[in-house]
Formats: sequence, C-alpha cells, structure tokens
Amino acid sequence: MKALRKQLDKIKPQFQKGGKFEKLHSSFDAFETFLFVPDKTTAHGSHIRDSIDMKRTMSIVVIAMIPALLFGMWNIGHQHFLSIGETAALLEKFLFGLGKALPIIVVSYVTGLGIEFAFAQFRGHEVNEGFLVSGMLIPLVVPPDIPLWMVAVATAFAVVIGKEVFGGTGMNILNPALTARAFLFFAYPAQLSGDKVWIAEKADAYSGATPLAEAAAGIDSGVVNFTHSFMDMFLGVIPGSIGETSTLAILIGAAILVFTGVGSLRIMLSVVIGGIFMGGLLNIAGSNAYMDVPFYYHLVMGGFAFGAVYMATDPVTASQTNTGKLIYGFFIGLMAVLIRVLNPAYPEGMMLAILLMNVFAPLIDHYVVEANIKRRLKRLKAVKA
Amino acid sequence: MRLFETSTTMPKTIKLTKGLNIRLKGAAEKNLKVLSPRMFAIKPTDFIGVFPRLLVKEGDLVKAGSPVFIDKYRDNITFTSPVSGTIAEIKRGDKRLLLEIRIEADENISYVEFGTAEPKSLSKELIIEKLLSSGLWTMIRQRPYAVIANPLQTPKAIYVSAFDTSPLAPDLDFIVKGQGEAFQAGLNALSKLTEGKIHLNIGENTTAPEFLNSTNTEITTFKGPHPVGNVGIQIHHIDPINKGDVVWFAGVQDVVAIGNLFLKGVYDASITVALAGSEVIKPQYFKTLRCAEIAPIIKGNIKEGNPRYISGNVLTGTRIRHDSYISFYDTMLSVIPEGDYHEFLGWALPGIGKYSFSRTFFSWLTPNKEYTLDTNLHGGERAFVMTGQYEKVLPMDIYPMQLVKAIMTDDIDLMENLGIYEVEPEDLALCEFIDTSKTEIQTIVRKGLEVMRKEMS
Repeated sequence: MKALRKQLDKIKPQFQKGGKFEKLHSSFDAFETFLFVPDKTTAHGSHIRDSIDMKRTMSIVVIAMIPALLFGMWNIGHQHFLSIGETAALLEKFLFGLGKALPIIVVSYVTGLGIEFAFAQFRGHEVNEGFLVSGMLIPLVVPPDIPLWMVAVATAFAVVIGKEVFGGTGMNILNPALTARAFLFFAYPAQLSGDKVWIAEKADAYSGATPLAEAAAGIDSGVVNFTHSFMDMFLGVIPGSIGETSTLAILIGAAILVFTGVGSLRIMLSVVIGGIFMGGLLNIAGSNAYMDVPFYYHLVMGGFAFGAVYMATDPVTASQTNTGKLIYGFFIGLMAVLIRVLNPAYPEGMMLAILLMNVFAPLIDHYVVEANIKRRLKRLKAVKA
Repeated sequence: MRLFETSTTMPKTIKLTKGLNIRLKGAAEKNLKVLSPRMFAIKPTDFIGVFPRLLVKEGDLVKAGSPVFIDKYRDNITFTSPVSGTIAEIKRGDKRLLLEIRIEADENISYVEFGTAEPKSLSKELIIEKLLSSGLWTMIRQRPYAVIANPLQTPKAIYVSAFDTSPLAPDLDFIVKGQGEAFQAGLNALSKLTEGKIHLNIGENTTAPEFLNSTNTEITTFKGPHPVGNVGIQIHHIDPINKGDVVWFAGVQDVVAIGNLFLKGVYDASITVALAGSEVIKPQYFKTLRCAEIAPIIKGNIKEGNPRYISGNVLTGTRIRHDSYISFYDTMLSVIPEGDYHEFLGWALPGIGKYSFSRTFFSWLTPNKEYTLDTNLHGGERAFVMTGQYEKVLPMDIYPMQLVKAIMTDDIDLMENLGIYEVEPEDLALCEFIDTSKTEIQTIVRKGLEVMRKEMS
C-alpha cells in the first residue's frame, strides 16, 4: 500500500490550493479518505478520539441491510418462477433476482453519488457519506420490475430536493430514501400500484397480490383472504418491494444496528409498540374485515418492519432527544397502521407515517427540550422563593 | 428529572451510571521519586480570563511567594513565584501575548514569610488577605466559568473532589498520604470563606483517612464511571448551579498548599505529579514543584518515537513541548504517541485492536484490554448526524447536543436555559471523544462560557 500512498502524495499538491486541479479538491479528498484514514491529529480538546467515524457508521448500516438485500434477491427469483409456474433451484432464483436488483443498485448509487460529488465540488465541502446508506435503501424499497430511468429520476429528486437544498447530510428534514419512494408513488402511480409491479416478469394469469392489497380488498368484499400465511409473511416469501418482505432478515439487520450502537432500539421498539397499539384498537373496533386482521399481521406485512428498522431510525430526520424518540416512534407505528386500514387510497401507510413524523420530529424535540428548560427555571424559582 | 434529593445530615452516596472509563496503557505505579527541578515557568495562559500585568523584568530576583504579575482587571489577584531565583526570560507570543515567565531556581529556596496561624482563629478578611498576598488565592476557582474566584463574593458552597476518574488519573489517596494536617488546615481556611458547606466528594474506592476523617466537611461518595470525578458533575448532583449562583472549587493539592500557608507561613509549591501513558517506560509519581520543568520527569523515561506530551489528562490536558512546564492546576503528565499516519482502508477493517465506545469495531470482543491510543482524529469532521451518543457519557440532566448547537448559533438565552452555567469543557470531554462527527465540543463550550462571562459582567 506504500506505493499507492506515495502515488497519492505525489498527485495531491495538484488538487490543493494553487494546484492545477484545485477545483476538484473535494473529489480527490473523497477518494483519498476512502483509501486512507487521514493522518490528521487532534489540535484542540481531547487528545485521543474514538476510532469511529462517519464512514464506519454508514458502512455498518449498509452491512445491516445485506441480509434483507440477499433475501430480496432470492425472493425476486422465487416469486417470478412461482408466477410462471416453474420450479427453480436456489441459485437460479438468486441469480434471476441479482440480475433484476443489481442494475437498480448501480443506477441508484451512480445517480446519487454523482450528484453528491457535484454538490460537494460546487460548495467546496468534503463529500458526505450519507448517500452510502440512501443509495442502498432506495433499491430496497422499490418493486423489482421498476424501470431504471424511474430509479434515476427519483434518486436525483431525493438527493437534490430532499437533501442538498437543505445543506446536505445532517441538515435534511425528510429521509432521502423515503423522499425517493414518495416521489415514485405520487409521480408514477400507474406504474407503482396494482398487482403487476411487485413480481418481476410475472405471468399475467397469476394474481400476485401483496398481503396489503389483499387486506385492503377485504374492506369491500367483507372478508380478507390472505394467499400467504403469517409465517410466509414473517419469512418474506411474499411479493413486495425488494428488501421489505422478510421480517426475519430485517430483524437480523436490526440486531446488527442495535448491537453496534448505530441504530436506535428506542425508535424501533416504539414503532412496533405504536403499531400494535393501533392494530389492537382497530381489532377491538372491528367494524370491517381489514380492522379484524389480527394486529400482529401489520408487523410483518408490507414495509412496516423495514421502515421501523432502517427508515425511522435515520438519526438526522428522527427526533434527537431520547424521550422524543419514544414519542416519534410510537406515532410512526400508530399512523402507519391507521393509514393502512382507514385510508384505502394508500395501501402502504409506513412511508407516509415516517415522512409525516420526520416533519414533526423537530416539534417533538422542541417540547422535550422545553420541559428541561422549565425544570431548570422552576429550580431557580424555588431557590429564590 | 432530579434523581437525587439533597439531604442535610447523613453521609450520602450518589450513584451515576452514564460515562466511560477509557482503558489506557501506562498507569502510574505508586513509587514516589523526589526531584529538584531548576527551571520554572508561570504561564498566564493557564488562567482563564486573566490579563497579566508584569511586576518583574528579566534578571530580577524573587523569593518563593514574591509577586510576579497581577491581573490587570482585578489587581488584588496576585500571581507569585513558586521558588526563589532569577527571572530568566519573559517569553511572548503573537501580539506580545505573555506566554511564560521563566524562573531559574536557587540551590536552596528562600521564602517570603507570611506568618503562621491557625486558620480557625483568623477572620475571613485576614484569611483572604493572606491568600491574596501569597498568590494562593489563584488556587481557588469558581463555577461557572472556572475563573479564579472573586474575593469580594461569598460562594454558595465550596467543593473539593478527592478522586480523579479521568484516563490514567493520579490516585489522590496516594498523593495526600501524610499530608492530612495541611489538608485539614486548608479546609479550615476555606470554611471561613463560605456560609455554605465544604463539600468533600470521595470515590467508591477512597480509603485515605486524610479524606475520610476530615472535619468541617460534608462528605459525599460518588460511584460510577468517568466523568463522575469531575467537580462539575458532583455539583450538578449535590446542588446544581442556577443562574446567578457562584460556587467555588479547589483541587486536593491546592487545599494542601493553602493549609501549608497557614501551618508553615510560606508558599510551599510542592506538588506530586503522576507521569503516565503508553509512551512512558516507567510510569510513576514524582514529587516536584508547581510550574516546574518536565525535563527531569521525562529524562530517560520515554520510549523511542514521536510522543505527545500533555500537561493534564488525555481528554482535557494541554499539549506542551518536551522542554516545557507543568501547567498550574495540573497534577499529571500524560505521554501518548502522535497519530500522524495514514491508515489504508482503516474505516473498513474489522478493527480488533481499535478502541471504540460503540461496538462498530471488533474490539468489543476484548472488553478488558488496555489500549494504546494515539492522537489521530480517526476520521474527518462532519455535520451532526448521530444522535443520542453524547447523552450516554454525560451524567447530567442537560441536553448536550442542543446546548452545543445553541453555543454555535450564539443564542445566549437558549444557552442559559439549557444549563451552560453548570458545565465546563471537561465535563463534555467524553462527548468529544466518542463523537462520530469529530466536533470540537470542548472548544465550543469554552467559547460559549466566555460569551456568557462577558455578557454577564
């Protein structure tokens, strides 16, 4: 690696102030710091620092998504072969899925990172690592058969409007990956709803409805007929977005996030509790067939688990205070189930619930911090009295 | 939430759970070596908010206890020489900033006589007068702001932390051994300065009779990981600082020096300093003098390589050169390796040997390992992204990230409301240590405190 380092040191001056490629400084910096942790030492404050940095943190999140991604790839193939009535080996299914998912991942990363680099260049900032995560999240929340140009357009929208206009990673209000998903949902409703899209190259005769669609259909027909069992939904052998189907794979990811201290268990648990609470309430009310769907089904259907683990926990757009996180998570779970069951226009409530609570997160924090301020003022008053 | 009520009589225990003990290599062994250093330097930069007006020039002769400079804006606060000798050099920096007043010591120290007295029999005014003229007043500092106390004020209480939990911290039980009489005399003097209590806060492992048997004090036991030994954390849990409150604090060796002023009638600048850190061959304790050169301490005792010398501990200390001097309030010298190297794909490696508060490196497999930590920043500075981290290492009812942001935006009302009077940079040093975004939190907090100090004066 010494040779590589030497080479970098040799060309580095050209990218520094006064150099030939001065304007490309932040791109060079991004590549250099990717290859080598910088030699910068502490100048002020604490002389020693924790080994963790943003790159490490973000790569842990990406690692935590791998179980869902791998399972998703297999499931794309599984659902496909199921729909055309053929049997296939595990590897065959996986390779089929890989062929579908990989282009989406590549398009997402190339589009997003391209824009990130351009903005960093333009602003003279360092390139932020945030998109490493968003770039993987976006492919996981889209249907396998989505046209690649849509992925590119949605990613560009999410990065520019969802993040960069606010000042980049750390400043955004809405979760960028969900912004992309919402953009797709509202801009191309024809391509992103119905039964067709969730299974890649589906045979027309095969129904392939997602459990959420089946449940929503129950409102009119008076009875919910699930094609899949609860266990199927938990394991993820159901149609749906690439990464969202397997609750089990998502739980493995959740364990990684919580154990490493990167993801907030507080948020994950409170989302689940919120979902159970609302699901339970609706069970008690029970005035239509969807309301009667047992509350625990909500945890394994659609994007509930995926949203709770990977989306709601985004530290930038979630509440920042510990108390706030509990409230924020609870309402995500609650709203997600509420929207699913009571608003038939939106079969999946998780996306909207998280985006809605992203908007409310600063307000929640405001009141939590305000309570701390009030305690302090009360203490002052008590002393003076 | 106030978790702890203040009781008035019973000795009480306060247990805190948040924080972090960083396990570093090179703790000082309990050997005491007596040194007689020749060069000394008083560094005006050790004292926050002091504008020095020099009273000496190069070549002047001073005794231990002779005034060297005063504070331009509080001219009753005198800074005195720790030894007798000659003013060797007055070192200035940019814009003629006074950096060091170097003193070359005599073979045998001669002292300015301040007269012995039992502090209990002296009036408050006489005690203050003695402390001011001897220069020992500078050892008493106030919260908020950690500036030298104002002799015209009466503090709500005075706090002494009798244990240090910072990385590789000196063992104050060991240091105070045999100095019980002076320590008690110092406490007696301090007790005349407040109408409130003298809070002596001890750790769960404190056994020194000098602390346990002290009188005139209210003893509180604190349990938990660092920063529980910080006086600011202790004040927060005993009786938090409200707007307008002033409390004073002093270190154990400061109290001993104050006691000796009354017992011996002179400024005895003796101090025990721990030499610690992974780059030290034989980490141990040294009996030296305040403001002394570090050369005799490190001589032949540092490993080959490129070490960083830190007056104080690795979280809050001041970086000094190998030919520099111990800072006025510091009781340890830390020596760790510089981290000026590039590491290939360092962020992606499993990281068996990499210390982290998080479990993002596989070092969690070895929870009891002692580490050699260098000064590498381990990453680039970023905007705030992660949340809920700081709270894990700050045992206070304070929202650290919100406070830091309030300071960054110069929002004075918000800083006050979020409790800036209760913190010092050292209390948030661990937040800075564990920060993923590599924010300079201690620098920011100091800046905020200075804004408030100017605003309130």
